[in-house]
Amino acid sequence: MNIELTAEELAFQAEVRSFFENEYPQRIREKIKAGQELERADFIESQKALYNRGWAADNWPVEHGGTGWSPTQKYLFHRERARAAVPQMMPFGVNMVAPIIYHFGNEEQQQRFLPDILASNVWWCQGYSEPGAGSDLASLKTTAVRDGDEFVVNGTKTWTTLGQFADWIFCLVRTDSTVAKRQEGISFLLIDMKTPGITVSPIYTLDGRREVNEVHFDEVRVPANNLIGEEGKGWTYAKVLLTHERTNIAGVATSQVRLERLKQIASETLMGGSSLMSDPIFAAKVADVEVDLMALEYTELRTLAQMQSGGAPGPESSILKIKGTEIDQAICELMVEAAGYYSLPFVKEQFEEGFDGGYVGPFAMADAAPHYFNNRKVTIYGGTNEIQKNIISKAVLGL
Amino acid sequence: MNFNFTEEQNLLRDSVAKFVADNYEWEDRRKRVASDEWFSASNYSMMAELGWTFIPFTEEQGGIGDNIFDALVVMEEFGKGLVIEPFLENTILAGGMLGLMGANVDTLESIMAGQQQYALAYAEQGIGYNNEYIACQAVADGSDYRISGDKVVVLNGAAADVLLVVARTSGTAGDKQGLSLLSVDSGDGSINSRAYKTVDGANGAEIRFDNTPAKLIGAEGQAFEALARTLDKAALLTLAEGLGCMQMLLSKTVEYTKTRKQFGMPISTFQVLQHRMVDMFIEVEQARSILYRAALHFEKDNAAKEVSAAKAQFAKALRYVGQQAVQLHGGMGVTDELDVGHYFKRCTSINTLFGNGDWHRARFASL
Repeated sequence: MNIELTAEELAFQAEVRSFFENEYPQRIREKIKAGQELERADFIESQKALYNRGWAADNWPVEHGGTGWSPTQKYLFHRERARAAVPQMMPFGVNMVAPIIYHFGNEEQQQRFLPDILASNVWWCQGYSEPGAGSDLASLKTTAVRDGDEFVVNGTKTWTTLGQFADWIFCLVRTDSTVAKRQEGISFLLIDMKTPGITVSPIYTLDGRREVNEVHFDEVRVPANNLIGEEGKGWTYAKVLLTHERTNIAGVATSQVRLERLKQIASETLMGGSSLMSDPIFAAKVADVEVDLMALEYTELRTLAQMQSGGAPGPESSILKIKGTEIDQAICELMVEAAGYYSLPFVKEQFEEGFDGGYVGPFAMADAAPHYFNNRKVTIYGGTNEIQKNIISKAVLGL
Repeated sequence: MNFNFTEEQNLLRDSVAKFVADNYEWEDRRKRVASDEWFSASNYSMMAELGWTFIPFTEEQGGIGDNIFDALVVMEEFGKGLVIEPFLENTILAGGMLGLMGANVDTLESIMAGQQQYALAYAEQGIGYNNEYIACQAVADGSDYRISGDKVVVLNGAAADVLLVVARTSGTAGDKQGLSLLSVDSGDGSINSRAYKTVDGANGAEIRFDNTPAKLIGAEGQAFEALARTLDKAALLTLAEGLGCMQMLLSKTVEYTKTRKQFGMPISTFQVLQHRMVDMFIEVEQARSILYRAALHFEKDNAAKEVSAAKAQFAKALRYVGQQAVQLHGGMGVTDELDVGHYFKRCTSINTLFGNGDWHRARFASL
């Protein structure tokens, strides 16, 4: 056993760090540090900076413009990225639809879509969940009916993250309602958001922000050559995507940064005669989370090592989403505790660009409660943690 | 032995429940919280007309008798409706503090009649829940005083006509002696106030006093014990409100899981979710028990310890029931549109108010 980084890996780490410190747009890092909402243009500027450096697609094959990084390099990259307060690539284009296009799309589709995804010229959103189809995605009802060289799409998609910014949406649609197995009548369709008949309506979340949307399709006509792969095979493709190598799923680096921030805040927060961090009850709770995170980091490293040596991720990788989100939420809760009375004011304007009125209370505290409320989502989205446990129970324990 | 409420208390509960049913239709509450108004003045007037604002005062003070269970019934039903009118802030916090400091009956009358809004300003940055560290200063100026310093998250501070400020008139940080209660006109020009709504739809303010004229209420330097007792009462009654919130979360979650279908069946049929809801139920009932216990001990010598026990127990319950209700509602649980997330928010606030679970665990252990 050995977890020492090689000289090459250390050099890579230094290169990444230097890039974020010197070449990456610092304005965006400052916004992130100030808890401000990023706008569409901010995301694009950030992603284009990574693209120009050749680092936009850490998971893609090299022939399509991917980095060709080893699992360790990806790990180091995301650790440095989180420490530098640099946002992740929006996953919908680069990590979600692109792998499906380069695995299952035809040559024409690859040339049409992949370069613009890589360069962040086109913003993608995801059209999977529906009001009646969440954890049970295969029960989706949005239909696409073939009419000549077009599909006519009707239905509603929901929880569409940042759909208000999107140029294109990738959807799972039902093209055959007569099949016995409901998974079999589902197809994978790419739809231009400017197509007549599409309306996007906001869903506001508990932090008062518009992060998700409903997308309605009313007689939307989509060219048949936007179908990926074979009709009726969409479910198979989507499942490949779901199990597609996703680095950073545990969010270890982000949690480490936030935990350090929590400790700093707790050290600076006086509770009268002494700091919150010197309260043994609070310190013990912080230690619990920190220890859990240390273990999770090594669970992730074990997964990476397995992949580095060419193997498939082991059963320990199934733990990453569950523990990663639990730790994320635990840190959120401790932030609320550290904020104390300052977790009560709800002044959402203070996180909008251009607001210069000063925060109510210290910044970290102003953001604590909204962040805590909103981050209840992390154990719900991407397959609830209950579903994740079902997967472990079946696939790992064989129950 | 019995744990029954009296006939009068049951009638009171029905009356408050009717108020909530009539005035707290979910969409109406959403609109009210989104509006520029801090709360509904007509709702508050109704609370006074129906006599509820007289409940937490003794007959000598002109009130109904200050039976803790009467107030508990009101607050529990308010919790079920997520009522935002500052009943607690005005009658329990301000009125309670004034009563303990021996304020004159006219002042209390204006609170009971709902004519004046008061806010009790005690919290400060850097003191946590340890009010003996209050640093806001009041110095004598002839027969009156002048206050300088900052108060944070003053509940009802946006709407208040009168601010009751706990400030230091002698001693140093950490001394329980030397804290006094002073009354300030909230419109005084020397006051710098930043008003806002809170995460749970109530109102608050950050308030800076700069040589602000103030009148002493009660004995100088003797406000700490009254403040502690007032906050304990407020803590206990917000737990009653929290009990109301949790009952709603539990019943809404049970109902939702029966109707929400995934994999061809209601999600209520999944055992892992059934047990989750059973655990929520257990938390609610354990919370109810310790609430009743604390209320039964509230006029006894060990009231503070009993309140701390209840706060510590509720800290677990409010957190668990709130979080699991959201989780079992899935994505809908984190939307602003659905009421569930707002009950969860109020549960979270209640945990913070008047000392969080850790602070009360430590106080429990020390008493």
